[in-house]
Amino acid sequence: MNINATLLGQAIAFAMFVWFCMKFVWPPLISAIEDRQKKINNGLTQAERAGKDLELAKAKVAEKLKEAKVQAAEIIDQANKRRAQIVEKAKTEGELERDKVIAQGVAEVEAERRRAREELCQQVAVLAIAGAEKIIKRSIDKQANSDIIDKLVAEL
Amino acid sequence: MTAKDEVLTSSGYIQHHLTNAQMCTVDGSFAFNHACTDAGFWTWHIDSLLFSVGLGVLFLFCFYRIGQKATSGVPGKLQCATEMLLEFVNGAVKDSFHGRNPVIAPLALTIFVWILLMNTMDLIPVDFIPEAAKHFGIPYLKVVPTTDMNVTFGLSLSVFVLIVFYSIKVKGFKGFVKELTLQPFNHWAFIPVNFVLETISLIAKPISLSLRLFGNLYAGELIFILIALLPWWTQAALSVPWAIFHILVIVLQAFIFMMLTIVYLSMAHEDH
Repeated sequence: MNINATLLGQAIAFAMFVWFCMKFVWPPLISAIEDRQKKINNGLTQAERAGKDLELAKAKVAEKLKEAKVQAAEIIDQANKRRAQIVEKAKTEGELERDKVIAQGVAEVEAERRRAREELCQQVAVLAIAGAEKIIKRSIDKQANSDIIDKLVAEL
Repeated sequence: MTAKDEVLTSSGYIQHHLTNAQMCTVDGSFAFNHACTDAGFWTWHIDSLLFSVGLGVLFLFCFYRIGQKATSGVPGKLQCATEMLLEFVNGAVKDSFHGRNPVIAPLALTIFVWILLMNTMDLIPVDFIPEAAKHFGIPYLKVVPTTDMNVTFGLSLSVFVLIVFYSIKVKGFKGFVKELTLQPFNHWAFIPVNFVLETISLIAKPISLSLRLFGNLYAGELIFILIALLPWWTQAALSVPWAIFHILVIVLQAFIFMMLTIVYLSMAHEDH
């Protein structure tokens, strides 16, 4: 084995290769790796955050749902009350109306009866007078006895 | 001995497989192989250089293309595989290296993938490429660059230069000298002893780094060559288990080289 100039050639080639590797090979590859590491890291963090957000949203949804149920129950309750009120009111109004109508009817009937009676009385009086007239025609003056007839009518 | 003679005997066959294709300049013109025996230091193992640089370019080209198309969104399968490799290297760097230095991670990646690719050449059957090359008039060819000590030393000495560079850069020249002379015994009388100890441990780093890689791969290659000498019907029974075992060695050696580089550079950055 003899050491010769090959050693120098090898050393020069080695130096050039290392330089080339340092300048053109290493940087793009290592930067690609590091960029990807950063990306994966970001992705994982975001995924974690999204998971937390989802959990929060779920809790919120449950809360809202509960609230909505309570509100719905309240509304239904109120509606029931209101219905009862309306029905009650309608009932009283109806009763009032009925009473009024009945009272009116009774009054009308009463008035009619009175009128009929008055008419009847008058007619009776007229008849009595006519009868009396006929009787008296034969005997006495009509004018002189009218007060007696009026008295009779009032007594009826 | 010519190439033809070597193939005839077992030791010749082995010798042939362990010889690099050499190139040098003799009298101002290019000369090859046997003509270079006397060229001394200025000889080039063109096969080692060709395969190592070729594999390095292949690696960087592929990774560059993948890097250009890299998306931080959903990655494709190829990008996924590349990123796994990158993450693996980056993790190793982050575990052992606590300073901030943009060079370390790309350096570790280059070392790991490049050495891995060079080691993997060992799994190609020993005669495939050399025999093919012979038809193109290339008598000697060694396809595994890491079985060439020049290649492993080229890597480890570069790492050594970085160790010294960063030691001085981080601690200052004074700090570096202090580290060599006032450890492990912090007393002026021990300065020579300390200096010898620390210098040896410093020098041992690149040597052990390169010899470990070289030794493992050289031994593995040698065993493949020895298996290739056996009758053809026994070769599969031996080379398949060895290749499977060798896959472990290939990856492990690349990993060890990368890991030790990171650790040494981390030590260079630390103030004691």
